[in-house]
Amino acid sequence: MTTNTKDTAQNFIIEGANCGSCVAKIEKALNSVQGAQNVEMNFAERTVRVEGKADESTLIKAVENIGYSAKPMSNESDQDALDEKAKSDEAHYKKLMRNMILALGVGAPLMIYGLIFDMSVTTDTQRIAWFLVGIVTLVVMAISGKQFYNGAWQAFKNHAANMDTLIALGTGTAWLYSMFVVIAPNLLPQVARHVYFEASSMIIGLISLGLAFEVKARGRTSQAIKRLIGLQPKTARVIRGGEEQDIDISDVVKNDEVRVRPGEKIPVDGDVIEGSSTVDESMLTGEPMAVRKKTGDKVVAGSINKSGTLLFKATHIGSETTLANIINMVKRAQNSKPSIGRLADVISGIFVPTVMIIAVLAGLAWLNFGPEPSIAYAVVAVTTVLIIACPCALGLATPMSVMVGIGKAAESGILIRNGESLQTTSKITTMILDKTGTITQGTPQVTDVVTFNNSDENTVMQLVASLESSSEHPLAEAITAYAKKQGLTLSKVADFDAITGKGVAGSVDGQTLLFGNKALMDKYDVAVDDATEQAQTLASDAKTPMYFASNNKLQAIIAVADPIKEDSVEAIKRLQDKGIHLVMLTGDNKATAQAVAKQVGIDDFIAEVMPDDKVNEVTKRQANGEIVGMTGDGINDAPALAQADVGFAIGTGTDVAIESADITLMRGSLHGLADAIAVSNATISNIKQNLFGAFIYNVAGIPIAAGVLYPFFGILLNPVVAGAAMALSSLTVVSNANRLRFFKPNKS
Amino acid sequence: MLMINIGGALLIAAIIYWFWLYKPEQTQSEDNKVTIVVDNGVYKPGHIKVAANKEVVLTFDRKDSAPCAETVVFPQLDISKTLAMGDGNTVKLPALEAGEYDFHCQMQMYKGKLVAQ
Repeated sequence: MTTNTKDTAQNFIIEGANCGSCVAKIEKALNSVQGAQNVEMNFAERTVRVEGKADESTLIKAVENIGYSAKPMSNESDQDALDEKAKSDEAHYKKLMRNMILALGVGAPLMIYGLIFDMSVTTDTQRIAWFLVGIVTLVVMAISGKQFYNGAWQAFKNHAANMDTLIALGTGTAWLYSMFVVIAPNLLPQVARHVYFEASSMIIGLISLGLAFEVKARGRTSQAIKRLIGLQPKTARVIRGGEEQDIDISDVVKNDEVRVRPGEKIPVDGDVIEGSSTVDESMLTGEPMAVRKKTGDKVVAGSINKSGTLLFKATHIGSETTLANIINMVKRAQNSKPSIGRLADVISGIFVPTVMIIAVLAGLAWLNFGPEPSIAYAVVAVTTVLIIACPCALGLATPMSVMVGIGKAAESGILIRNGESLQTTSKITTMILDKTGTITQGTPQVTDVVTFNNSDENTVMQLVASLESSSEHPLAEAITAYAKKQGLTLSKVADFDAITGKGVAGSVDGQTLLFGNKALMDKYDVAVDDATEQAQTLASDAKTPMYFASNNKLQAIIAVADPIKEDSVEAIKRLQDKGIHLVMLTGDNKATAQAVAKQVGIDDFIAEVMPDDKVNEVTKRQANGEIVGMTGDGINDAPALAQADVGFAIGTGTDVAIESADITLMRGSLHGLADAIAVSNATISNIKQNLFGAFIYNVAGIPIAAGVLYPFFGILLNPVVAGAAMALSSLTVVSNANRLRFFKPNKS
Repeated sequence: MLMINIGGALLIAAIIYWFWLYKPEQTQSEDNKVTIVVDNGVYKPGHIKVAANKEVVLTFDRKDSAPCAETVVFPQLDISKTLAMGDGNTVKLPALEAGEYDFHCQMQMYKGKLVAQ
């Protein structure tokens, strides 16, 4: 262990700590080390953080002395890991390119020679010349093809077979046969004395080239996650001890006060304590409009502060931030597989030995039934079968598309839990939408104030708001918010009484006030006949009319409604155009439900649904053979979301609980839902194209390589062509998956 | 010719035996903590016996820079991890019920098996 003194916090993983009491012991031991400050252990994660200038090895020894072990935890961030990966990819790419240049540099001239002259061994001079070429080829194989032979041998020792096995066997067969021709030509008929040294070099060169391109293309498939990781700033400006200082992002602790200037990225999640600004959260939520933030609002890491300076208190740091959660979820999802790829998995599991057996059978068939020189034909067939078979294309088909598709979705603020959710989403036939908060904004607002008996609107609203300020009913919020907006000052209410299911009563300045539904008015014998017609009109417009009376005389009808989101109608049209049957569920009364359903163009709706009934509604539709999607806010609708084939949690901005559903829509708009379905459809059809291509390639390629076309058309593939086809096939799969990157969900 | 055909048949039998029928030796893990080296197309050790109903900690030491070696997938457990170069890749598996659990790269070229007992 090298001596390493740091001025920043050090983190260690503690092993052997199994009880809560260990925490105090370990903290005490570490605190006693010279220079160590603020030792803090996280028992749940078995990690400990030490600030100050203590020596790393002394700290480890201190822990070991009391019977535990400590390992320094790398402070490596996602960004560092990415940089390292990019570096190792680049090095791998360069190595493959060097291998390719050497192999093709030797193989191509040989192949051209073979096209012009005959590569057969007849004279002794030719034998010597070809022997030398054979040695050069062997050197090329050893240098450029080292990884294939090494990999094949290691796999063989472990009773495994892979792509390397096929390449090693194919090129090895061609070389060994050629060398045999050179060394013992007399054992073979004259026509069979042909060498195939060019094939070994060319195949290695072409496959290296294909792999090199594949490394590049694979790098692009993870672009979305790279972009997300890139959102995380490296430093933060915190105020400690009244002084502003720039510190490393990993050194920010909870409750630090963080300042961000216009144009800067927000480093950690927090609550604004000073200032106001607009913040661009589009990279996280897909919501293009910047959001206004003021004291008390939440800000999230990775969003960009646009206009003003903000001071906020850090609430979530490191791996706890919304951004870190998103990155984690996307990473996990990108590596999961939908069941559509299962068959390909089964096949690629037994693929290589099967191909080897086919190669042996093809060789035997040529030897038994082939024309002369049957041995030469057999060698070509064996080599070509081994080389053309491409398990990679089959194996890559699904994961590459999932990687790009899930990343693409994340860019639009759609978080897909795993590959299976992606696949099921593409099959949804019925989508159940919760009305409140999904189709509508979810926050009721005052829409109409109709006055009676010469009362004045402001006076009425001032009194109603005063009365409602004591109420906890959701509609009361709409009233008080309205009054606040109008700048009305509220009065003190006496004798407040909430009459369940009817409304509220109370008195202000000696006036007896009543506010509630018709039942309340009837109870107190308030005449409302004049207002009945208006109330009905309002109700048929999806508004909730409420009556206000002062001293038992009707003063006004105030209508409150939950407005439909601006883009709901358009998004619903998009969903219907995809052939999905939409159902709207709501706890509201039938009249309101009908009015909303009509406005947005949904025919099938169910009103007065109790929360438990939502689950039953999902189950009922599933029993009818429908693949049911359920969209709700993720909190109240959790059981129905879980029961549905795919649950979509819709939230506004970054407030939404990411873990609550199969698919999380960060944007409040229903367009997110249509986008999610569009991305899923596009990804699944991309996977199908890939799987189809890979299957067809192998199913057609292997028999052709074995020579099934020879008896009919006299066609037998050249091993070099097989090498090129093999390299191209996996490259095609990765490139096709990359095509998804340019998919625009909102255009379909 | 007969000899060649018999030779071919034996070769096929050998392929079937070596790659499919052979039951590899299993590495017994004492404390459910195993370091697996990822190199040259194989996981070493590739067949690991672990105690059931106890958390398993696997550390992958990736030496192979080929992109194939990049991801390890545990299909039955729905767990996957992108492996960085070097030995810093820890995968924690929950306590496993007795049974066999595969792990492999995305293309199933690298393959391994955990046997929980």
